[in-house]
Amino acid sequence: MRFMGRAESDLGFRIGTGAFAALVLAIVAAIGAVLLRESILSVREFGLAFWVTDVWDPVAHQFGARPFIWGTLYSSLLALLIAAPISLGIATYLSELCPSALRQPLIFLTELLAAIPSIVYGLWGVFVLVPLVRQLETALPDWLRATPLFSGPPIGLGMLSAALILAIMVTPFISSLAREVLKSVPRTQREGAYALGATDWEAIRVALSYGRTGIIGAIMLGFGRALGETMAVTMVIGNSPTVSWSLFSPQYTMAAVMANEFAEAVDDLHLHALIEIGLVLFIITLIVNAFSRLLIWNMNRQTQPTKAKLQAAAVGDAA
Amino acid sequence: MTRNTRRRIVSQIAVMLCALSVILALIPLGLILFFVTSRGVQSLNWDFFTKLPVPVGESGGGMANAIAGTLMLTGFAALGAVPVGIICGVYLSEYAGTRLASVARFAADTLNGVPSIVIGVFVYAIVVLQMRQFSMVAGAIALGVMMIPIIARTTEELLRLVPQTLREGALALGATRARATFSVVLPAALPGIITGVILALARIAGETAPLLFTAFNNRYWSTNPLQPTASLTVQIFTYASSPYEDWHRQAWAGALVLVSIVLICSILARTATRRLERMNTGS
Repeated sequence: MRFMGRAESDLGFRIGTGAFAALVLAIVAAIGAVLLRESILSVREFGLAFWVTDVWDPVAHQFGARPFIWGTLYSSLLALLIAAPISLGIATYLSELCPSALRQPLIFLTELLAAIPSIVYGLWGVFVLVPLVRQLETALPDWLRATPLFSGPPIGLGMLSAALILAIMVTPFISSLAREVLKSVPRTQREGAYALGATDWEAIRVALSYGRTGIIGAIMLGFGRALGETMAVTMVIGNSPTVSWSLFSPQYTMAAVMANEFAEAVDDLHLHALIEIGLVLFIITLIVNAFSRLLIWNMNRQTQPTKAKLQAAAVGDAA
Repeated sequence: MTRNTRRRIVSQIAVMLCALSVILALIPLGLILFFVTSRGVQSLNWDFFTKLPVPVGESGGGMANAIAGTLMLTGFAALGAVPVGIICGVYLSEYAGTRLASVARFAADTLNGVPSIVIGVFVYAIVVLQMRQFSMVAGAIALGVMMIPIIARTTEELLRLVPQTLREGALALGATRARATFSVVLPAALPGIITGVILALARIAGETAPLLFTAFNNRYWSTNPLQPTASLTVQIFTYASSPYEDWHRQAWAGALVLVSIVLICSILARTATRRLERMNTGS
């Protein structure tokens, strides 16, 4: 038989392309499995104590990751505190208020902010932002410097610089996701509000509250991104394993300690401890991502026609 | 003040705050572009593109090997990731309703959200540890893993935009599913897919974290895929963290080259999408 039957050919096509789809699934599973296998020494040696111990001393073979987890969570939360309201403002302005001639150029500019490589943010952070923050820190009055939030050496490198740079980096990401959410809010919602005599802001609040699930999802995706951000943070956070509320204190993050120590880690336990940090970072981002996608999908189910658009946006922003 | 004036004032303040947040976001963009251009231009010269790095103390030198390294790394990464990503995207769109498609779609989004440094650790474990050395292959694999989900999801979204009638027409003429997809549906979406690939390349070329302990770094020319390889991004990182003024200048020049690549790719992609939109609405 010269040609395959159509049914067989179609089945072959389905299986052939399906194999590639399964490959993506396999990669994600493999990341988890490989990281677990390669961190087993540290997992066995330290157990749960790994996550509550402060000492990180490769020479003495003592590894505790609490300062890194603290630094990662604290810097990401601070960044969101700054980025979330600004992102929502941007999304609202671009989707509801902006004159149409300005819209496309402004969208292009905010997306450009998302496209700048992390290392360039880091370089700029070290040579421009950090000196600015240092000036701010030295200019602060003494009574403020005495509070726990602002104690520590005013060297510029530290939590505040890291949070600021993270905020700049996740803002365009959150704002374009939130913009797509607002776009998927039916027109009738706003028209209804206007018909009842609402002001612009009141109509926007109706739209925002209609899309709140998706907006929370967008903010959480931004959180996930901030957790894993490596280069820029490594360059400005000061890389000192300290657990402190102080914005001025140099601290450390999970991603940064991997970036700094991985290539030089010679003994197995050190390497396994670093990979365990990677494993936990992987699991945390997995959970954050899964949860926020779920929120966004849930919201999409209510507003079916724009589903494809929102997903396209999520992909486009990553690119 | 009546209640209505208060409502109107509140509304106006809120609208102004929204506009203000756009300006707030554009300030860092302006500052970054300004510093990268002004500092970069000062240190960018012909040597930067043609010479190797020089040891500390000597002035001059360039990043020729790092530029070549970045091109090779992204090239090899694309060679693997583009076909895999596109075929994966074909499955996601053509068999959109299947369970495998929804799981794979979710996996792709998850992979997209995995921090790039974790991908680096993963590739370190499966490639570098086995080969017992850093290499260009390892770096390219790390970048490729990051590229696959981006390409897959972009392809999927674009294939879904191709009118169903085109697909049905091909099938009605007796084409097999494979034939209909590869000679009718995929070509219709091709310009968009190419745009997506360009954007993915721009993003991948700017990655540093996954290269730190896969491709590592190299002070010399290296075209051997089994040897450590320099890249623009890792070189910028090394130079920026050094205490030498001369190296800082080189780092800014490198940043300018990187940002220019990203900018050109974004503008290219944007004009291409514009034309595509016009074509689609025109027909």
